[in-house]
Amino acid sequence: MIQAGVIGVGQTKYDAKRRDVSMAGLVREAIDNAMLAANLEWDAIDAVILGKAPDMFEGVIMPELYLADAIGAVGKPVLRVHTAGSVGGSTAVIAASHVCSGQFKTVLTVTFEKQSESNATWALSPRYPYSPHINAGAGGYFAPFIREYIRRYDAPEHIGWKVAAKDRQNALKNPLAHLHIPGIDEKMVSDTPMLWEPLRYLESCPSSDGACAMVITAQDQVGSRNVAWIKGMAVRSEGTLSAGRDEVNPQAGIDCAKDIYNQAGIHNPFNEIDCAEIYVPFSWYEPMWLENLGFCDLGEGWKLTDKDVTAIDGELPFNMSGGVLSSNPIGASGMIRFGEAALQVMGLAKDHQVEDAKVAMGHAYGGAAQFFAMWIVSSSLD
Amino acid sequence: MKRVAIVGYAQHPILKNAGALNEVELIMPVVHQLFNDLGISQKDIDFTCSGSCDYLQGAAFAFVEGLSAIQTNPPIKESHVEMDAAWAMYESMLKIQMGDAETALIYGFGKSSPGDLDAIISLQMDPYYISPLWPDRVSLAALQARVLLDQNVITSEQMLASVIEARANSKNNKNALITDLIDESDYLKNAMVSSPLNQLDCPPISDGSSAMIIASEEKAYEFTDHPIWIEGIDHRIESSNLGSRNLATSKTLQASMDQLNLKNIKFDVAELHTQFSHELPFLKSLLNLQDVPTNLSGGPLVGNVMMCAGLDAIGKTYESLKNNQFTHGLAHATSGPCLQHNMLVHLEAQK
Amino acid sequence: MSAEDIPKDYSESPINLEYFYTAGSATTRFLNQVKEGNIVGQGCPKCKAVYVPPRGSCPRCGVATDIEVPLTDKGCIESFTVVHIPIPGNPIVPPYVCAMIRLDGANISFLHLIQDVDIENIRIGMRIQAVWKPKEEWTHSLENIKWFAPIDEPDVDVATLRFHES
Ligand SMILES: [Zn+2]
Repeated sequence: MIQAGVIGVGQTKYDAKRRDVSMAGLVREAIDNAMLAANLEWDAIDAVILGKAPDMFEGVIMPELYLADAIGAVGKPVLRVHTAGSVGGSTAVIAASHVCSGQFKTVLTVTFEKQSESNATWALSPRYPYSPHINAGAGGYFAPFIREYIRRYDAPEHIGWKVAAKDRQNALKNPLAHLHIPGIDEKMVSDTPMLWEPLRYLESCPSSDGACAMVITAQDQVGSRNVAWIKGMAVRSEGTLSAGRDEVNPQAGIDCAKDIYNQAGIHNPFNEIDCAEIYVPFSWYEPMWLENLGFCDLGEGWKLTDKDVTAIDGELPFNMSGGVLSSNPIGASGMIRFGEAALQVMGLAKDHQVEDAKVAMGHAYGGAAQFFAMWIVSSSLD
Repeated sequence: MKRVAIVGYAQHPILKNAGALNEVELIMPVVHQLFNDLGISQKDIDFTCSGSCDYLQGAAFAFVEGLSAIQTNPPIKESHVEMDAAWAMYESMLKIQMGDAETALIYGFGKSSPGDLDAIISLQMDPYYISPLWPDRVSLAALQARVLLDQNVITSEQMLASVIEARANSKNNKNALITDLIDESDYLKNAMVSSPLNQLDCPPISDGSSAMIIASEEKAYEFTDHPIWIEGIDHRIESSNLGSRNLATSKTLQASMDQLNLKNIKFDVAELHTQFSHELPFLKSLLNLQDVPTNLSGGPLVGNVMMCAGLDAIGKTYESLKNNQFTHGLAHATSGPCLQHNMLVHLEAQK
Repeated sequence: MSAEDIPKDYSESPINLEYFYTAGSATTRFLNQVKEGNIVGQGCPKCKAVYVPPRGSCPRCGVATDIEVPLTDKGCIESFTVVHIPIPGNPIVPPYVCAMIRLDGANISFLHLIQDVDIENIRIGMRIQAVWKPKEEWTHSLENIKWFAPIDEPDVDVATLRFHES
């Protein structure tokens, strides 16, 4: 297979309302940063792969059409990916597939959401006839799964506060993060109002505007550039309403992780992965994914979190950038995980850099915890 | 480059209003038909990719509902494009070429009947300057038709011929929605929708679904003795700014023709994703298909399932090559106003 | 500077689209029964899993669920959340309990409300039964059920609810 690597990551400043830019301006901000980082001219880009979550978030249908000029795609192939919340990750996988197929040398990929242009909770919970209108957004949907996790493994409530505080403390080291909460700690999280029990206000992700872009190229195009080599990448899906499905520990997540570990030759992910950017939109998903991704046994995830293993100076740092809990432009949130993983192994994560990070994981999930996309990036090709 | 072949294609009968059928009920029959034809199951599929548009049905996650039609236990490698399923085929082909899959299932579905397609498609335009004016899809197409007529790229007689031929060709397509024949006087009786396009120059509102299976060279012969090869494929997008485009030609289609080196190929058949009557003579001329039998299925004018019609053009070309003693076929898929984004697929049956 | 003097940096461009929703044939079969006060799930002909409310397929097997399976309106709480924020466009007043309801004999759960009980007494595994609206208000909707309320039966171990192919 053709080896591919990330040679440029570009992000916008994330914020609740980026009213200083249009949708086109927002994606272009991320793209310009990625192109500068990759040190490439436009002629070098063979195709553009665009991802975002539902079109209803902005009210623009198939936005690759309107954005063709802004994303530099005119005259080139463009593909628009939509796989719900996992889309930022699956878009990166598909972009890399363009290169690994041998059809393209260098591609640009960009994902975005400009949630301030519409009302995301409305877009996720429209009133359909025939069914009771009781769905209160994503938090209301995921909270019962979290409660079941807590019941199964008798996890103490402060675990959720701890994750929420830790990710926001990391965000203070990332100038692009949407939420910068000075003095954030567990107490502050636990003092915020309950939204969807057991989730409190600060245990939930914000709604952000933002975009993330990457330039991915084939081995023979790299030259002397700093590269995050893609050592494994995969997607997995399972049906929403499928008898026997375990929403707390979805098989699709287990399988997807095993697939990338196999590709990357990883036998013990806890020991062999230096840091990870994992999709944690609600605090409790950190321990849940620690288990689902095979970093520990079932029921042990919350104990790792409790022992500060996932802190930025811990054994397995999670979400050094602040994660989805600190910036959540939904369609881009997955690609931010993938891009931040790349920045870590390129040594470009600045104040939230994990010392000596060589192997990093990016992860995204979506839908009813049923769509997964993941990759492993490494500083070396061997 | 790894070779990839189409080994099966199935199309749901195109309906004016699929009312009683939900996404699952539209998709499952075509997928099962393909599986039955080839004697396989989802377990023989390495990668699954679909194309659909949430806004057609007004559901934020219509494709998630649709996925319930597919066996996902154990979980599958799967993705979705918010585009015509022709691009789902494109993505699937890349997966095979990179070695991540040997086989792929592609499906598309679209229900235009529940909403107001004219208003919905307006939301494809620039949201700050153009969409608030609610330009409808027919008026946008009419802009290009007017340019083509005024610059003598096409004639109104050719537009009339497109409509009459489409209906005559519908006899070749058991799934066609519109099958009644018309003559010139019937055509002229129809009211203008947006000049120069009258009702019959426009495609019918259609509901339906389609599915396709593609495979690597190694796998293709396990499924069929007659795989149809994707010999060349290329797609490109143009500017969203209609004012900056020359609507009398298509720079991207010309670039794709050069890329695929099509000028020396003698095509036996072509299926073009031409939704409006003026687009057929325009593209036939642009693609040098004047003498090539085109849209023998009747094309989008006799049934135009949004998010499927591009895949259908590829599927119908595949069927033509398979069922006749043809060698070369050309398929075209499009997206966006005035043929903004175009894909060309060169299919070949080996002799 | 008053609020009116600040230049507005956005404009509103409301999008109103009307759709004619259709339920789908599997859901129509289900809702026709719900209108009569009956809950009829749909079973998979291969793995026998029972779906309620049905979407017309078993994603385990990728086949249509064409077996009608009458169920009662009793079941248990598989999990739940207490919602403290209002639902856009819904008059229901927080806090309220939104639960994953697993009806007896069904192999998936659906979201509905729990009432007639102090919120702090609600538990995973608690037995519950539907509280229906008056018959004359019944329509083609699960809203015929106002909410579910606890019944005096022993709790269920939800670990036993996981579907396994027999
Ligand atoms: Zn089944």
